Amino acid sequence: MPSLTLLGQALVSGLLAGGIYGLLALGLSLSWGLLRLVNLAHFALALLGAYLTYQLGATFHMPPWLAALAIVPAFFGLGVALHAVFTYFRVTEFTSLLVTFGITVIIESVIQWVWTADYRRYETAWATASLRVGPLFVPTLELLACLTAAVLALATWAWLRFTYVGKALRASAEDPAIAAAFGVNHRAQGFLLSGVSAAYAGIAGAFIALIATLAPSQIWAWIGVVFAVVIIGGLANPIGALLGGLLVGVSESVTMAVAAPAWAPLVSFSLLILILILRPGRV
Amino acid sequence: MSAAGRRPLLGLLVAGLGFAALAVAGLPAFYESFLYLIFSWIALATSWSFLSGYAGYFSFGHGAFFGAGMYTTAALTTMLGVPFLATLPLAGVLAAALGAGIGAVVFRVKRLRGELFGLLTLAVGFVLATIVLNTRIDGGPGVYLSAVPLPRLLASPTGTLYLLGLALAVVTVGAAWVIVHSRLGLGLYAIHDDEDVAELEGVPTLSYKLIAFALSAGVAGVAGGIHAMYVSYVTVGETFSITVPLYVVLMSVLGGARHWLGPAVGATIIASSLYVFTGGQQAVLGRALVALVLILVILLLPEGIVPALLARWRRWRPRPAVALAGPAAAPVVATAPAATLACEDVWRAFGGIQALRGVSLAVAPGEIVGLVGPNGSGKTTLINVISGYYAPDRGRVTLGTETLTERPAHQVARLGVGRTHQIPRPFAHLTVLDNVAVAATFGAGGATPAQARAEARDWLAFTGLDRRATALPHALNLHERKFLELARALAGRPRVILLDEVLSGLNPAEIASAIRLIQQIRARGVAILFVEHLIRAVLELSDRVVVLNEGEVIAAGSPQEAMRAERVVEVYLGKAHVA
Repeated sequence: MPSLTLLGQALVSGLLAGGIYGLLALGLSLSWGLLRLVNLAHFALALLGAYLTYQLGATFHMPPWLAALAIVPAFFGLGVALHAVFTYFRVTEFTSLLVTFGITVIIESVIQWVWTADYRRYETAWATASLRVGPLFVPTLELLACLTAAVLALATWAWLRFTYVGKALRASAEDPAIAAAFGVNHRAQGFLLSGVSAAYAGIAGAFIALIATLAPSQIWAWIGVVFAVVIIGGLANPIGALLGGLLVGVSESVTMAVAAPAWAPLVSFSLLILILILRPGRV
Repeated sequence: MSAAGRRPLLGLLVAGLGFAALAVAGLPAFYESFLYLIFSWIALATSWSFLSGYAGYFSFGHGAFFGAGMYTTAALTTMLGVPFLATLPLAGVLAAALGAGIGAVVFRVKRLRGELFGLLTLAVGFVLATIVLNTRIDGGPGVYLSAVPLPRLLASPTGTLYLLGLALAVVTVGAAWVIVHSRLGLGLYAIHDDEDVAELEGVPTLSYKLIAFALSAGVAGVAGGIHAMYVSYVTVGETFSITVPLYVVLMSVLGGARHWLGPAVGATIIASSLYVFTGGQQAVLGRALVALVLILVILLLPEGIVPALLARWRRWRPRPAVALAGPAAAPVVATAPAATLACEDVWRAFGGIQALRGVSLAVAPGEIVGLVGPNGSGKTTLINVISGYYAPDRGRVTLGTETLTERPAHQVARLGVGRTHQIPRPFAHLTVLDNVAVAATFGAGGATPAQARAEARDWLAFTGLDRRATALPHALNLHERKFLELARALAGRPRVILLDEVLSGLNPAEIASAIRLIQQIRARGVAILFVEHLIRAVLELSDRVVVLNEGEVIAAGSPQEAMRAERVVEVYLGKAHVA
């Protein structure tokens, strides 16, 4: 049995890693729940954002926050363009999975072409900075990422709950025809949501560049975990996505502390399958 | 099936023998190796379509089954010294068991939608890779098979693997042809379009999906076993990479996943074009191009190359017109002995809403019982309980001596309960003829698909739809769709028919012909439960009428009696009119 300090440290790093999962799950949950599009390319966009942050920082010495400021609007535009293709070809929920699978592979290939398959590490002064709380270490950057995820989740929740656009989006997801009859412009809002979701991928990417070691195959490692988070949290539920992320993050890191690190990938899938069997109406 | 009908199978055999002769005559090792890869992809893509193409459950887990096969062969040959050829059946059986096991878990999740199935199967690969990596099966460094003896079917090792790959490809494509032309294939197509209706028509959906998944995984397992020997060094990273699931989906979708030959055509095209891009950066470029093709094909050619070409061929060379069936007399078919349908004290709630409160009624052979009541009174719920779509909370339904409750819907259909749907629900991708043939195959008749099509033609003539036999359901108008529902219910050779508002939305002339049809059905000794809002038709047709309100029977008896009962007038017109 590992010591209490070790377990406490596992809890902290699990919560922080869970924040990143939640951040990645947020955009995915929105487009799946509200636009009925399963966007696998979300992960590829996040990693692309990470590589761009890395590149801007490493070659142009641009600080990461400035890089993020450039990347977020660009990704918003990318999201809008993607949605234009989806609406033009009337992509359904199911074919969206296949099309975005293809887009993911293309982005992965582009990343591998430009940056090769070698590991990349963005060295910054803050990378090693951490707060000390009693016997536990809290890495500053990961804490910042986790807080950003929480702020975005809350803001998105409030946006969907209290603004006209948010309510209209939820109404369209329930019944597009009736919502349209009440004057809801589903098309315009679809573009907006798709853009926001891609922008979230860009924000997640900037943090990933600072925290993680980058490799093109990273995309596939996230898919299972983050989809588990989305389903556990409930579709189109921003707060649920965050909490689901924290739950999965903590379970993973505790498993790593108690058993062996290599078993961690099994945790999220076991949680997912458990949820599906116990609460089949979840999705 | 006639000899001419089997021609594709013969062609496949001749092609297989031809390729085998080529190898025996002596093919340069480079070509053997190149063709082996194509055969391997043909087997993988074709087997993927068994479940994912025909039934529409897209699996991203084919790589997991392929990998399971590779590691079965690798582990058994190197650790236990099992001869290579003996490991192949084991690899297949293990992968099939894995597929059936996963299916047994995920298919029990009610309303498991396609994209969720896709994601879950994607997860299977990662889980399996984690297990293999963490246990003695691999443990990290990979497994070398270079010391494993390869039996000499031909002089060269590549020749031997070439023959094994060829045999697997021929057997798999042959199996695809057999499946598509069998009950299994027809059932899987029906599942693809509307799984609930398929089950209600008598298709054992759960076992068909499990069979298809197990067959599909089994072939992938054998292909993996052979491939382990071909690469001779097996690693987790290469084996469980995303390549296999990506390529099989692409190959099948490109060629046409619903056609038996489609995946093979797609596999040949992609696998040979991939050969151009080998090594380093070129491989990256190749993968990106393949992904781009995938996107374009899905957006522009959703049904695939082979079906698109076939459609063009048929337009260019129109088929001879099908001779129309004779007079519209009801076909003479053997039906199981007539039986009485009885509901005894049936209760059913949805959350807090009590939809049925102790409904009891009986319908005798040759009798028409009209079931009326305001909207929301529980009429359709009762039909869904009788046909086995919902289980009642309490009470039971019997047909003759058989108890229908607690049986899955497909068994209820097979015992002779036919039904129509209030809003017609035809199988969208099957022709009108095949829609009816599904019922004739899986209903109480239990015909082979070929007999079923002949029978279905008669039922189409009976309902006046014979001219629309080759049309797809979206081309039918409402009147024709309603009659298609009827033809489908009849083709199952029912002892009881549950008619759910067949007349709604029809014009007076169409109603008159529908009423004549229902009278003819009654004359055959079928028990009919007739749900309808059109009271005039109920009075004209029914021998007895049962009135439901808020899930309760409030009146029953002869049509005049029942409709004049005080409660009935009150429910329909309000208290003031009760005189």
